[in-house]
Amino acid sequence: MSSPAPSAPRTGGRDVAVVAFAQSNHTRHTDQLSEVELVMPVLHDVLKQTGLTANRIGFTCSGSSDYLAGRAFSFTMALDGVGAWPPISESHVEMDGAWALYEAWVKLRTGEADTALVYSYGKSSPGSVRDVLTRQLDPYTLAPLWPDSIALAALQARALIDAGLTDERRLARTAVRSRRAATANPHAQLRGSADVEDLLRRPYEVEPLRRHDCPPISDGAAAVVLAAGDAARALHANPAWIRGVDHRIEAHQPGVRDLTDSPSTRLAATAAGAFDAPFDAAELHAPFTAQEVVLRRALDLDDRVRVNPSGGPLAANPVMAAGLIRLGEAAALIHRGEAGRVLAHATSGPCLQQNLVAVLENTGGGTR
Amino acid sequence: MSKQPVAVVGVGQTKHVAARQDVSIAGLVREAAVRALADAALDWADIDAVVIGKAPDFFEGVMMPELYLAEALGAVGKPMLRVHTAGSVGGSTALVAANLVAARVHGTVLTVAFEKQSESNAMWGLSLPIPFQQPLTAGAGGFFAPHVRAYMRRTGAPDTVGSLVAFKDRRNALKNPYAHLHEHDLTLERVQSSPMLWDPIRYSETCPSSDGACALVLTGERGAARAPRPPAWVHGGAMRSEPTIFAGKDYVSPQAGRDCAADVYRQAGVTDPRRQLDAVEMYVPFSWYEPMWLENLGFADQGEGWKLVEAGVTEMDGDLPVNPSGGVLSSNPIGASGMIRFAEAALQVRGLAGEHQIDGARRALGHAYGGGAQFFSMWLVGSDRPDR
Repeated sequence: MSSPAPSAPRTGGRDVAVVAFAQSNHTRHTDQLSEVELVMPVLHDVLKQTGLTANRIGFTCSGSSDYLAGRAFSFTMALDGVGAWPPISESHVEMDGAWALYEAWVKLRTGEADTALVYSYGKSSPGSVRDVLTRQLDPYTLAPLWPDSIALAALQARALIDAGLTDERRLARTAVRSRRAATANPHAQLRGSADVEDLLRRPYEVEPLRRHDCPPISDGAAAVVLAAGDAARALHANPAWIRGVDHRIEAHQPGVRDLTDSPSTRLAATAAGAFDAPFDAAELHAPFTAQEVVLRRALDLDDRVRVNPSGGPLAANPVMAAGLIRLGEAAALIHRGEAGRVLAHATSGPCLQQNLVAVLENTGGGTR
Repeated sequence: MSKQPVAVVGVGQTKHVAARQDVSIAGLVREAAVRALADAALDWADIDAVVIGKAPDFFEGVMMPELYLAEALGAVGKPMLRVHTAGSVGGSTALVAANLVAARVHGTVLTVAFEKQSESNAMWGLSLPIPFQQPLTAGAGGFFAPHVRAYMRRTGAPDTVGSLVAFKDRRNALKNPYAHLHEHDLTLERVQSSPMLWDPIRYSETCPSSDGACALVLTGERGAARAPRPPAWVHGGAMRSEPTIFAGKDYVSPQAGRDCAADVYRQAGVTDPRRQLDAVEMYVPFSWYEPMWLENLGFADQGEGWKLVEAGVTEMDGDLPVNPSGGVLSSNPIGASGMIRFAEAALQVRGLAGEHQIDGARRALGHAYGGGAQFFSMWLVGSDRPDR
């Protein structure tokens, strides 16, 4: 594969791996569960996999959003699920958990910790997530217009169709492929799909997007454990080594961006070393079918690469956790010996404004 | 590969005020960032990554505002991280940024923290009805007042100690051009006769609501060598968290605060903080927290913190000046308040604190806390490059 390489991939530093991954069974409603109750079983699961306890973890970092929870400082209660006593070294990002993983990765690279617990959660069901997400737009010029998340994604899809880069039939194929792949994923919310012809007969949600082009509304949580060097080797027979990870942001206003392209994804992928070798699989955080087109182009992924074998965010989309789940699913492929080199991607903001790319491999030890 | 030493080469703040109606949120954060870059004699192109922090998004009514701030902070095409650890966030944000340099992920990082409280109402933001939980509608003061009372009962401190701290910090603020409150006519008697808000906390013993931003430029050894003005070196930094509520929690002197300070001192090789530190910028939103934190941070024995206050030890000309900038009691853009503590500590050891400079300050502590006295972040900065 060829791609410009504006900056050399990073060398040196400690090798860090994903050694455990757990997630909830994502559902449309969790009326009977608080955020703590949503998170706790996942934390117990991920720690049990490693045999570690909260007080033996070197660093803990989480990602979540107060606006989903509908309250300020929502993460303080979720911390109860961790059991932060005696006190722990801990941080939180108001971002998808993929960025919490990034902060933890940096922490392990400093050498100040050997293990890290990363978790995130999103409970979208109490409100209208479609409307809630309008509140993350420019508060002076964009948010007052209330363009919702599906309308913005539809603008992006329209730009792609107009540019001849996709059509409604191909988008439907992506939906079918994703949700049928999810039949093998017990955590997915939408498992299985009607066929393309059937889907194309259904009405538009926001033209040119139909309901199948949009992600489900999900409540869910996810957690991973990271470990450095020998600690990783001690905790898993097949650690998923993070060979590179980087993230980049673009301008906010959709009007100043080319929505058919994702230069931030390409920059992050280049810095993460994604173009050095081909991938066996990719887990892409593309909540809308059309966004997979943008990401495949930015990442030079052709049809030989298995994309979203988990079903991806089209099968389960707990906001704030869906990106971390991509990293976890990518790692799990390596843990199970089903892939040797996997790309994981996470996104944030309207129309793929901010993107993170990680390269996970089954071979560790020597640094590049 | 070992950690790289981290240097603070740029500091910028806005003039903190009740309402910055002349600028947008983007304008506010950019103002602080531009000043930090100017201090470091760097341009936007010299910045590799941006780390931004603020307190709850409900305080402005914008969800994840960093997305919309990408352009204003020159972050387009760069990595941008958003930290949120409650009131300690300003400090935590600086530490996350410092780790990017320490881990050699980036060469030079811009970190910014802000709050524009006038955009919304913090009391409302903290009082949304939550399923499963008792509402807390008394604001932060209502939450912390019982812990202050517990401190007074535990130590036998006289009622006047809080007013001494408030009067000191508000007078210190007169020397700080960026401070929100410049109360030239304030007297100790006026502090002591100001209205009781949350017994035992009086109006003049309470932080204001401010609009403001703070920014730092952090870099490694090469960046420090190129900087036109003296850097502040990070000798230690740590975060600690504990749950909000649990049986046996000590709200007066939380274990997480003690552990965090101990970690920072260990990293910095400090064994006697009272003697080895020249200035402290601690997070004191209600005046009584100064004696409480003096004990929690190891500057005084348990039950002795208030005696240091009474003896004038924490005055600008005392042997352990606390909050020469005027502190949170004089300026409180919540999300930025922690970073302002870190920034003011850096200014002290750079010798650039202006009128509120402590002569010869070579080591200073920046401290922040948040949530239900459960999140702590601290850094210890010095004029000399750390030798370890």
